[in-house]
Amino acid sequence: MNRIVVGAHYGLRDWLAQRVTGVIMAVYSVILVVVLLSGQPINYAVWRALFAQGWMRVATLLFAASLAWHAWVGVRDILMDYVKPTGLRLSLQVLVLLVIAGYLGWTIQILWR
Amino acid sequence: MANATATKRRPKYLSLQAILFEIRLPLAGWISILHRVSGVLLFVSGIWLLFLLDRSLSSAAGFASIQHYLSFSLVKLSLLVLVWAYCHHLCAGIRFVLLDLHKGVDKASARRSSIVVLIVSLALTAYFGAKLW
Repeated sequence: MNRIVVGAHYGLRDWLAQRVTGVIMAVYSVILVVVLLSGQPINYAVWRALFAQGWMRVATLLFAASLAWHAWVGVRDILMDYVKPTGLRLSLQVLVLLVIAGYLGWTIQILWR
Repeated sequence: MANATATKRRPKYLSLQAILFEIRLPLAGWISILHRVSGVLLFVSGIWLLFLLDRSLSSAAGFASIQHYLSFSLVKLSLLVLVWAYCHHLCAGIRFVLLDLHKGVDKASARRSSIVVLIVSLALTAYFGAKLW
């Protein structure tokens, strides 16, 4: 194997993905706050109608997908920094991936009920 | 080559006592570690936030139950902490992206942007907190 595991470009994709997904979530957050604050006071009908719209469902799904990738890179970085025993770190990383997949699945279930 | 870093033992001066009482972080360091702490907080709280979203969208009765649930001070306070975590994570994140783009890297502007992040995220938290109460 000629693969170089150290060097300046290893991990560039995750680094970039974390920033791009961060920007996507920032845009979504601003849109959501504007929509919530500019509309009528929130009651069940308003709340329900907001998430019944197709664009809102897709935007929220994009947000959730961005969040999943963003959180994975971030939590993995933290585990690499603080958890040194390989077995424990691997177990925690698997656990984190399962949690993220669970979050994503639940979000889709909530959006398309 | 790949093993060189693994076998070389370097002295460590970090201890819990050093982390807690001896190392004094500059403001930018606080922004950074709070970015990390707020990220973990948001990740762990995802299950609770999804529960709130799930119930509130499930039915009129579910929405009402969440409204009642959110009237408890402890629940509001928990949500406010998460609102702060979100605002801080967002503001600090924007700062880090700008730093990545080599904007505001010199000491004076980096310090200034740290102060801005701290103040703006607290102001946003106060604003949303006022809406919550």
